Amino acid sequence: MDFNASFRNPDLARGLLEKIRRSLTRPWVLMEICGGQTHSIVRSGLDQLLPAEIELVHGPGCPVCVTPLEQIDRALAIASRPDVIFTSYGDMLRVPGSQRDLFSVRAQGGDVRVVYSPLDALKLARENPGKQVVFFAIGFETTAPPNVMAVEQAKRLGIDNFSVLVSHVRVPPALHAILGSPANRVQGFLLAGHVCAVMGYWEYPPIAQKYRVPMTVTGFEPLDLLHGIWQTVQMLEAGETRVANAYSRLVTEEGNRPAQALIQRVFMESDRAWRGIGVIPGSGWKLRPEYAAFDAENRFDVAAITPQESPVCIAGQIMQGLKKPRQCPAFGADCTPEHPLGATMVSSEGACAAYYKYQR
Amino acid sequence: MCLGVPGKIVEIYQKDDLPMAKVDFGAGVLRECCLAYTPEANLGDYTVIHVGFALNLLSEQEAQETLALLKEISDLGEELGPEAA
Repeated sequence: MDFNASFRNPDLARGLLEKIRRSLTRPWVLMEICGGQTHSIVRSGLDQLLPAEIELVHGPGCPVCVTPLEQIDRALAIASRPDVIFTSYGDMLRVPGSQRDLFSVRAQGGDVRVVYSPLDALKLARENPGKQVVFFAIGFETTAPPNVMAVEQAKRLGIDNFSVLVSHVRVPPALHAILGSPANRVQGFLLAGHVCAVMGYWEYPPIAQKYRVPMTVTGFEPLDLLHGIWQTVQMLEAGETRVANAYSRLVTEEGNRPAQALIQRVFMESDRAWRGIGVIPGSGWKLRPEYAAFDAENRFDVAAITPQESPVCIAGQIMQGLKKPRQCPAFGADCTPEHPLGATMVSSEGACAAYYKYQR
Repeated sequence: MCLGVPGKIVEIYQKDDLPMAKVDFGAGVLRECCLAYTPEANLGDYTVIHVGFALNLLSEQEAQETLALLKEISDLGEELGPEAA
């Protein structure tokens, strides 16, 4: 079957939109966690087609957006060293640090390379034994299985000129932070389909019950998003606080157990700072002591970092659903994709970038 | 990074002791991906890959059931009455 075309059927989408409209008795605020979903919603125009009673606010699920500034400054310092080949997912290169970004390091002679997969970074390390190859291991639960596999392979194959700069975060602690805030507006969640493909959704029912907020595992195509919204609205209207699955072709409740097992072997829970939001307890992963030899923070002495964030950028409030990009005075004026003040204007998953590109 | 697109597994092989695959995304786009987390994968299966790894295999049966459910939900016929039908 054609999985993509089937879930983009405009007739079904129109019917679903009408059914959502008819089932509403009052306004609701929903948050999609994942920045990929934000872009899909805005690109397909769902935000404009949905009834006005449904307000979608945009969550923190943009890996490069939440990577803390001090870790980006650390990456810039490591990438500037003449003995280093610094490798990263492409989204990260234009993310502003305190003074500059990875592109400008490259322009000044640094060897900064975009890789598609962390295994490509490992390959570079084998091909360049005289160089230190560092991979910027960022992301949510979706990039964790590839990133830990690269570390595991480096250890197994004895590739000791390879190391990773880790900045890993997890969704469930972020939900606690958003829902536990007195300013919270979110009444229902669209859970990130690909995070749940890895982790399953067994972690979410206690959160849904604690804060009395329904959640639906949701995919990325227009029909997936409408299915997730319809399901969440049904639960809200009925006063239910369950976790439903609207992406069952890829996601099971238990998730991918082999991936979860390797994550547990290589990573351990840690506190993490989220850019614009602050430290969320237990919200991240770091390397276990058995893998400390592959930790770039141990290998390179770049401890003296004093990050300086833009005083204007409101990305943190946007990612908690408190504000929309248009409420930022810098949006589209002092802050554009060419000259971003914050990471949300850069990334293919950032809410500000979506609003700018699709002229919201 | 999360916009994983479904592709079809057209070749399976080993590299550095890891199970790997060539995945066909249509329109001539072939990508290599690692099957370490989907060891049950067979030729012809569909998967979603993310930064070079298969996240999970796609279930065609679940996809068909979801589409059937969505058709049922979105069917306006009975509510519009016999004239519209």
